Amino acid sequence: MILRKPSVLIFLSALALVTIVTTLMAQAGLVSTSFVKLLGKTLCLAIAALAMDLVWGFTGILSLGHFAFFGIGGYAIGMWLMWDRTENIVMPSLTGGPLPPTPFQIEEAIGTQIFGVVGSSDVPWLWSLAGSLPLQLAAAVLVPGLIALIFGWLAFRSRVTGVYLSILTQAGTLALSLWLFQNDSGLRGNNGLSGLQNIPGLRDVAQSVVSLWFLWASAIALALAYLIAAWTVSGRFGSVLRGIRDDEARVRFLGYEVEHYKLAVFTGTAMVTGLAGALYYPQAGIVNPAEIAPIASIYLAVWVAIGGRGRLYGAVIGAAVVSLASSWFTGGGAPAINLGFYVIKWTDWWLVLLGFSFVLVTLFAPKGLGGLVDLWTGRRARGIGPLGPDQGSLRGKEEVA
Amino acid sequence: MTIPTERPAMTFARLLRCFLTCVCLALPAAAQDAGVQVLLQTYSDQIAKPSRQTIQPVLDALTSSGIPTMPDFLEAWADKRVVQRDADGAFFYGKREGDTWVLQSVEDGADAGTAARRDVSELKPNAGVRRLIATALVQFQLNDPDPARRLAALDSLSRSPSAKLLGPLRASIEAEDVPAIRARKIALDRLIAVQFGTDVETRLAAIDWMSDQLSLEARAALNRLLATELIVGSPPENANVARVLSVGKDISQTDALALLAAADILPPDVSRADRDAALIAAIADEHVAGTPVATLNTEAARWTAYETLAIAGQAPPRPAQNAVATLLERNPITEIYDEPDPILTAAAAAALAEVEARVARAQAFDLALDALSLASIYFLAAIGLAITFGVMGVINMAHGEFIMMGAYTGYVVQQIIPDKTLSLMVALPLAFAVAAAAGVALERLVIRHLAHRPLETLLATFGISVALQQIVKNVFGTQAVPLTSPDWLAGAWVLNDVVGISYIRIGIFMLATMFLALLVYILRRTRLGLEVRAVTQNPGMAASLGIDPDRVGMATFALGSGIAGVAGVAIGLFAQVTSEMGAGYIVQSFMTVVVGGVGSVFGTLAGAGLIGGLQKGIEWLNPSNTLAAQTYMILFIILFIQFRPRGIVAQKGRFAQ
Repeated sequence: MILRKPSVLIFLSALALVTIVTTLMAQAGLVSTSFVKLLGKTLCLAIAALAMDLVWGFTGILSLGHFAFFGIGGYAIGMWLMWDRTENIVMPSLTGGPLPPTPFQIEEAIGTQIFGVVGSSDVPWLWSLAGSLPLQLAAAVLVPGLIALIFGWLAFRSRVTGVYLSILTQAGTLALSLWLFQNDSGLRGNNGLSGLQNIPGLRDVAQSVVSLWFLWASAIALALAYLIAAWTVSGRFGSVLRGIRDDEARVRFLGYEVEHYKLAVFTGTAMVTGLAGALYYPQAGIVNPAEIAPIASIYLAVWVAIGGRGRLYGAVIGAAVVSLASSWFTGGGAPAINLGFYVIKWTDWWLVLLGFSFVLVTLFAPKGLGGLVDLWTGRRARGIGPLGPDQGSLRGKEEVA
Repeated sequence: MTIPTERPAMTFARLLRCFLTCVCLALPAAAQDAGVQVLLQTYSDQIAKPSRQTIQPVLDALTSSGIPTMPDFLEAWADKRVVQRDADGAFFYGKREGDTWVLQSVEDGADAGTAARRDVSELKPNAGVRRLIATALVQFQLNDPDPARRLAALDSLSRSPSAKLLGPLRASIEAEDVPAIRARKIALDRLIAVQFGTDVETRLAAIDWMSDQLSLEARAALNRLLATELIVGSPPENANVARVLSVGKDISQTDALALLAAADILPPDVSRADRDAALIAAIADEHVAGTPVATLNTEAARWTAYETLAIAGQAPPRPAQNAVATLLERNPITEIYDEPDPILTAAAAAALAEVEARVARAQAFDLALDALSLASIYFLAAIGLAITFGVMGVINMAHGEFIMMGAYTGYVVQQIIPDKTLSLMVALPLAFAVAAAAGVALERLVIRHLAHRPLETLLATFGISVALQQIVKNVFGTQAVPLTSPDWLAGAWVLNDVVGISYIRIGIFMLATMFLALLVYILRRTRLGLEVRAVTQNPGMAASLGIDPDRVGMATFALGSGIAGVAGVAIGLFAQVTSEMGAGYIVQSFMTVVVGGVGSVFGTLAGAGLIGGLQKGIEWLNPSNTLAAQTYMILFIILFIQFRPRGIVAQKGRFAQ
């Protein structure tokens, strides 16, 4: 049923095409491993943007904290990656001794390796499950879900909406990142977790192959996330969400439990974002508290806004375009412009360009890049109307996925 | 080379000394004129070659001679400015000029001719002797006409207090005419009396006096008196017992066992490393004491194997785990005061408790001052945000960048005008103007076009904020730039040893008070204020009554942004001026606004007070970790919003539902 929607079909085909072409080109040696990784990471960011679009574009909750869930997912998977890799490193020297190692000794040795950098060798309780991949994967999903559930329940219950909610989520994100910055948080302070690109058990597999596996995993995850999101917003549930965005009070008067819907979307998207983070950070190689800082979550909102809120492919386009453009400009790919009296180096001026382009998009193209699709399909003209007193998105005639 | 020449000189000097002594005995009148020299000759050997062990009687004799110029000599001696003429052993003040010494009489400093370098020897007392001379000098310096030297003497006295100086110190109090020095003398007198007082009454009186004090010195003196040591087993008969420690509560079991081990009651604990070493050493034929090595892969198994080794005598025994409790019970650990008199220690403990209570009160007051100054900063940073939010209904994410622009304006002004006071006078209004202009530009170019779309305004102004930060970074560099405060703002107002507040913070408090008064005046007493309040409550109705909401919006934006610019100069004076400084304040400012209640000056004041107080309070509870303090504060605010979603001063009007 959902597959009959042309936008879903086109999206899935385009995604498959990009993945297959990249794989073939990588096999032929035409694109570098780092590009494959960049693409894989971008697909993970697109999943997070998709979740953000559900929360903001469809339900009208401008959460400035969703990237924190992404980071938590990364931390959860990173704990297993670091633990297992360190165990592989310390075991040979321990078993090489005259006495067989005791569990206590093993833990002590791993603890010294991992936490020596923050001046400790004790293993914090947070790490008690770090030896198990399934449990840490579950944590990557459940911990963001639990945090979102508690936070959302507190916030929605007392009817905190609009900018107040945005600021509250931002404050929560700031609190989390400040807590992680401490050395005694048990997560290595501002060093974060590093060396995550070395997957235990895949040591003999070349990074170029591992990166392709992750690209495929990310692509499949994005496809699934897109299907679930499209299915969510297509039915009655989706209509209620859009109703909440456009006029929350009216939906409440119609007898819907607005808080339950908001909480479901907030928690569900947090879990999806956590999973996306768990896929992203093994490709990025390092996760640290700076990733969770409030600004990252604002960027997430920026991607969705530039791509076009209230349409799922808009979020993906926004995340892909901004993230790829960002690495092109900051990676020194863009040529410097010589004005005679001043040379514009894009590594310095890219953020200025991004900042202003964001203002311009908000002012002149509130539908974002996704609006171009309307232009092309010719469904633009018939009265979008005034944008109205919204809680964050376009009112009325937006396209459902 | 020198030794052979010196010997005849010394003998000759002795002869001369005998001769001089004879002269003195014969002519008492001459002795008065030549007092110092004569006295010095009496101890010529000790003075020429002093040692720390033997010099004290000489110093006592010199200081008790009552000769008025004696302090000058002692000072010169300690400064290595005294020489002895080899020919006759006479002492002079000497100043070396090339190959000759210019000599001065030790009596009155009168010119005494010159001597060749070879004919005199310099006196070089070592450091230990110099310290003794300095202590001997203190009693003279205590009555020195120069207050600075009196203070220096008191400093040296407090560094090395001694019972001997108690008398001279007490005697000098009476004649002291500078109140501050007199107070210091009295304090020092009591401090020395506590430690060295000969009778209990004196010491009790001194302790009593200290219970009224706040100074670190007094606390240190009391603590010194209360110094203790730990004793295992029953204490000696006449010991002044402080308390019997209970294991697990006052002292950890590990520490207690270590003490018992040190007293040879228990064998010392065996560490895991020792155990493993013993096990490895005992490996024979894949077995340790009958246990296969492969099974030693748990801690318990290893300990069992070690016990077996110990029983077999192949390893030092471990303290028997089941006997530890009985042993601890049989050998109580007692804390004993070094001071034998229980009356004194009891009085000192009571005095210390009193002092500490007073210190705690002073610290609470100091904390309140800190919180107040932090609240002033938050108020200045947030008030502009609060009024623009109230009037326009939008959140300006670039507000922090207006703070940053103000600070950089101050920096640029200081580059042009070197005089710090003048540049500050120029920078404050200029920062207001620059930030206000930026605010008006932002309002006209961006925010006005996004009216009624608060979330999009939030994101658009965020874009501006990112761009502004990066532009400043590109222009001024990523390093922090200096914004120096004038000298008269640099110090701190110190009330006592505990309470002190820097002048900058007082200045910021005054600035905040000024803007509070100004804003209240504008909002309550002016036409603009009336219009602002009308637009805040109901923009549509206000417009229909002939108020131009656009104009009001622009005016409030100019005012709010301008205050942010002034706040930037103030913050830059004590914090680092970087392109990210505004971003550091923006979340705190939002919290202040949200907690206080949007659009209300007094709400913002309450919010700033709450957040400032809260932050300082949490930092006080957990001083080692300011990051954790911020985390807890934010969590508290999230909970606070649950109970008062519209802030402390809930606004009725546009956002009231």
